[in-house]
Amino acid sequence: MVTIKEFPKEEYLLKGHAACAGCGPSIALRLLFKALGNKVIMVVPACCTTVIQGPYPYTSFAVPLQNMLFEATGATCSGIAAALKIRGLEDITVVGWAGDGGTVDIGLQALSGAAERETNFIYICYDNEAYGNTGLQRSGATPYGAWTTTTPTGKKERKKDMPLIMAAHKIPYVATACPSYPVDFVNKLRKAKEIKGTKYIHVLAPCPTGWRYDTSKTVEIGRLAVHTGIWALYEIEYGRFRLNPPSDRLIDKSKRKPVREYLAMQDRFRHLTEADIEKIQQWVDMDWEYYRKLASSECSDLTLHGKI
Amino acid sequence: MAVPKARRDMPLTPISYPTFGSMGKTGSWRTFRPIIDYSKCTKCTLCWVYCPDVAITRREDDSPEIDYEYCKGCGICANECPVKAITMQREEE
Repeated sequence: MVTIKEFPKEEYLLKGHAACAGCGPSIALRLLFKALGNKVIMVVPACCTTVIQGPYPYTSFAVPLQNMLFEATGATCSGIAAALKIRGLEDITVVGWAGDGGTVDIGLQALSGAAERETNFIYICYDNEAYGNTGLQRSGATPYGAWTTTTPTGKKERKKDMPLIMAAHKIPYVATACPSYPVDFVNKLRKAKEIKGTKYIHVLAPCPTGWRYDTSKTVEIGRLAVHTGIWALYEIEYGRFRLNPPSDRLIDKSKRKPVREYLAMQDRFRHLTEADIEKIQQWVDMDWEYYRKLASSECSDLTLHGKI
Repeated sequence: MAVPKARRDMPLTPISYPTFGSMGKTGSWRTFRPIIDYSKCTKCTLCWVYCPDVAITRREDDSPEIDYEYCKGCGICANECPVKAITMQREEE
């Protein structure tokens, strides 16, 4: 366990990058380097992070980074991990860093293949719930009712549950995180670094441009997503499901804030009716009933992983 | 095929080099300027952790220092400061 004061002072994301003001993914990127240092090789598909680097021939990343095609993050990581293994460079961590579009929709097959091949790497999906880079089109991770440029009246389908899809690959480590909880995120990254095999971390990264809220509220919205139960912080380590603080206290419904508070802060949910909000609240309660069962002793021993 | 020993043996690819201010002096994007009241600051370093623009540096004694050349003025530091030691003031000119 670390505290904020123990985070290293070194910065490998350099000043003057091209992210929007109040960018959630940038906070997550900084925390990534706080946890892993510069002994990393990053693979980034088309996503906001390609923009954050800045225009050629400059980059704001002081680590080796390979920009890759949208669908090939997992495959590229497999190749780099294999090359590092042959050269005996075991202390370097391969990090796939992709947005929700590059993970949930377009990059899913490459990621699934890499997980099946048991590639030794960390895959991080930073989820801003739309294709932010290309102008806010709907993605598989966009939640029900959210406005995007391709769903002007609100999305009619629910969000894909990506962390549990990855857990079904029986990989050693799956976790969810949020940059509003930096210590939790850094601890999960450090734990993932020590485990051999495919590690998947799904980060909810609030986006002021896409979610339509004031730039100063990024961290507050992330915190509210956790406290309303829209986003649960958990980890699945060798099939053992465990809720992390503060989500572990929220199994009891009375401890959770109503989802209305979270929805009301964002203009992308401005058009929602009372019936929609009630529906979202019921879905969140159903999710939590599922998490409660997963976290209960009888279920957590069933091990999705089945490690012998 | 021979294994390349150095970069010059590899096929030519475009490569970018790490630079401060790859997007220029992003401080010019700012509408509101964060001002720290050091008499209130408790040195909790939360503003440093949450700054997305890497514009806040931690001094030796953990007190924050804002780099106005690159601060985009998002206001996260002012919003998250537990003792409200940071205020946002509109940029003049």
